[in-house]
Amino acid sequence: MKRYHNHTAVDDVSFDIPKGSIFGLLGPNGAGKTSLIRIITSITAADEGQVLLDGEVLNSYHPSQIGYLPEERGLYKKMKVGEHLLYLAQLKGLSYKDAKSKIQHWMNKFEIQDWWDKKIEELSKGMQQKIQFIATVLHEPKLIILDEPFTGLDPVNTNLIKEEIHELNRNGCSIIFSTHRMEQVEEICTDIILINQGQKVIEGRVDKIKESNKENLYVIEFDGKLPENIDRSHFEIVEDTNKKLVIKIKDGHDSNEFLLALINSGIHIKAYQEILPSLNEIFINIVENSNHE
Amino acid sequence: MNKLWLIVQREYLTRVTKKTFILTTLLTPLGILVFTLVAGLIFSYDTDKTQKIAIVDSSQLLNENFESAHNVTYEFSNKDLDTLKAMTLRKEYDGVLYIPSLDSLNSKRHQIFYYSDDKLSLETSMNIRDKVKARIKDYKIVKMGIDPSKLDNLKISVSLDPEPISDNVEDTSSMSTVVGSILGGVMGYLMFFIILFYGMMVLKSVMEEKTNRIVEIIISSVKPFQLMLGKIIGIGGVGFTQIAIWCILVPLMLIPAQLIFGIDTSSIPTEGLDPEQLQQQMNDAAGFGYNDIMSELKSQNWLMIIPLFIFYFLGGYFIYTSLFAAVGSAIGDDINESNALMMPIMMPIILAVYIMFRVVALPQSNLAIWSSIFPLTSPIIMPARLAAGVPVWQLLASMACLILSCVFFIWLSGRIYRVGILMYGKKASFKELAKWIFYKSN
Repeated sequence: MKRYHNHTAVDDVSFDIPKGSIFGLLGPNGAGKTSLIRIITSITAADEGQVLLDGEVLNSYHPSQIGYLPEERGLYKKMKVGEHLLYLAQLKGLSYKDAKSKIQHWMNKFEIQDWWDKKIEELSKGMQQKIQFIATVLHEPKLIILDEPFTGLDPVNTNLIKEEIHELNRNGCSIIFSTHRMEQVEEICTDIILINQGQKVIEGRVDKIKESNKENLYVIEFDGKLPENIDRSHFEIVEDTNKKLVIKIKDGHDSNEFLLALINSGIHIKAYQEILPSLNEIFINIVENSNHE
Repeated sequence: MNKLWLIVQREYLTRVTKKTFILTTLLTPLGILVFTLVAGLIFSYDTDKTQKIAIVDSSQLLNENFESAHNVTYEFSNKDLDTLKAMTLRKEYDGVLYIPSLDSLNSKRHQIFYYSDDKLSLETSMNIRDKVKARIKDYKIVKMGIDPSKLDNLKISVSLDPEPISDNVEDTSSMSTVVGSILGGVMGYLMFFIILFYGMMVLKSVMEEKTNRIVEIIISSVKPFQLMLGKIIGIGGVGFTQIAIWCILVPLMLIPAQLIFGIDTSSIPTEGLDPEQLQQQMNDAAGFGYNDIMSELKSQNWLMIIPLFIFYFLGGYFIYTSLFAAVGSAIGDDINESNALMMPIMMPIILAVYIMFRVVALPQSNLAIWSSIFPLTSPIIMPARLAAGVPVWQLLASMACLILSCVFFIWLSGRIYRVGILMYGKKASFKELAKWIFYKSN
């Protein structure tokens, strides 16, 4: 729990980040995401509660195992790219030699070898962001925390960073990904937690959350007309456009029953698919509901 | 410890290798040199026009004895005033000085007149007044029948030499008091500028890091306290480097100045006063000469003064820069907002300078003793007292207070700093800062 003097930013939020997952930390603006991250990175202390990393209470050794890319991020403008990265890497506990070879590795990877002697202020915002990303992952942390890592990046660089995130994850790195861009969460994250007004609203695997929030909607595409003789008691039609039907299966009924009935009626079915809610919809629903309470 | 060292290194190296640092470090002594030369030239500047002034002295008050000054020549004339006025209008003279006869030997005021359409310069008019005064005095002495040699005996100069009674007290001359207070004043003033200058540097740097938002990246690796301390130490190192270079460069600059321009730069502190005149005044005042000052300066216990000066520099530097860092962390990008918070920090510094002026004159007063023990003023006051000699117990008390409050203020500022650097868009008041001190820390 984190309290500031007249409001509680994070209130009794407790959750597990599965090892090796890409964990989405979601919430509307001002929900307490940054406060939560600052506690995990030991930038601030929780007034109550604790953070365990690999079963250990957070200690002074842990910052070197965490890589943090804050949402509001800057660099020393007057420093050169190379020495800046060296500085940040050494602050994380790397030796000079080690840091240097790792920086070169990453610069090669991002094809920016010739940036070493460039001053930070000569770089564009997106270019600086690449440097910041390198600084975050350079010391091979076990846990990487990325707060809105894609803002200001063009599609090419967004993809580049996305791939790196997946690669780091494949190599056993756990990643906390904080954003309110839901399509990115859906694409990248395996697990999420949603917090609102300092409290946990929902937590779990992305597919499970979608499953549990689904409304049993199905879309069917077929030729011809819906036969009259089909039993309409276990579904209702939500939307009926030409050759496309969205139905809601009523509770206690199986979607296959409807499909079987359709097949038996001799109609030509082109597609039959369950509509899962997008995280975006779930997010908006939950946040609005909880704000109304 | 290792991380602190990294921060110190970065703070130091990025500044020392900056072009502006190299330029200011090298150019400041040059600037001082140029400034003193120009100031010297200005003070020795004389009117470039030579003036010719006619004197009408019908009653022979001046006894035909009136030396010409460097740019003014005086000429006694027997012509009457109106002729001379006409000649002045024809530019044959620049002016006419009319000395009326004395009414009575007892009159203490005497009015003389100067006729010209041009204004008389202040310097010339003072010069004329002084000379006429002296001549009239001579005239009166003769007329009153007083023996000039007897009168000369009435001019007395007294010199006071303080002598210790106990054997274990060092015998100091009164000269050492004068030199001590001047030296003290210079050191106190120097300290004031150093603290202010590098304090502002720390403040600016903290604000920059906060607005830059680099700070969150850094403190996810190191403790905010380490960052603050590293910055303060690093900039302190910059200060030491800069001052050390100046200490070497400034005397080096003065050598060619003396050689090439032949201007005696030792007269700098007296603002272009003629050194001979200064020596004269010194002789008159205390019966000591210019060389006495130099020998007095050399006889100062520099082996004690310099380390103590460095000690107080460090103490003052750490106390004030940590406070500046705390203020910098609280205000962020708006320098205007800082004024309210800066005031209480600036107050003791400025107050200390004022106290220093009194302390230099009264080094043994209670004001001197307590202000040189109080840690917020001692860094400025104590160096100012050193040359005049400070009792050991006061020195020890002052140093102990300084060390303790140094630790206290660094701790206090650290508490404010760690919260301040992460606070955005919050107007920082003292109430707010006080709350920050008690926030839970890691």
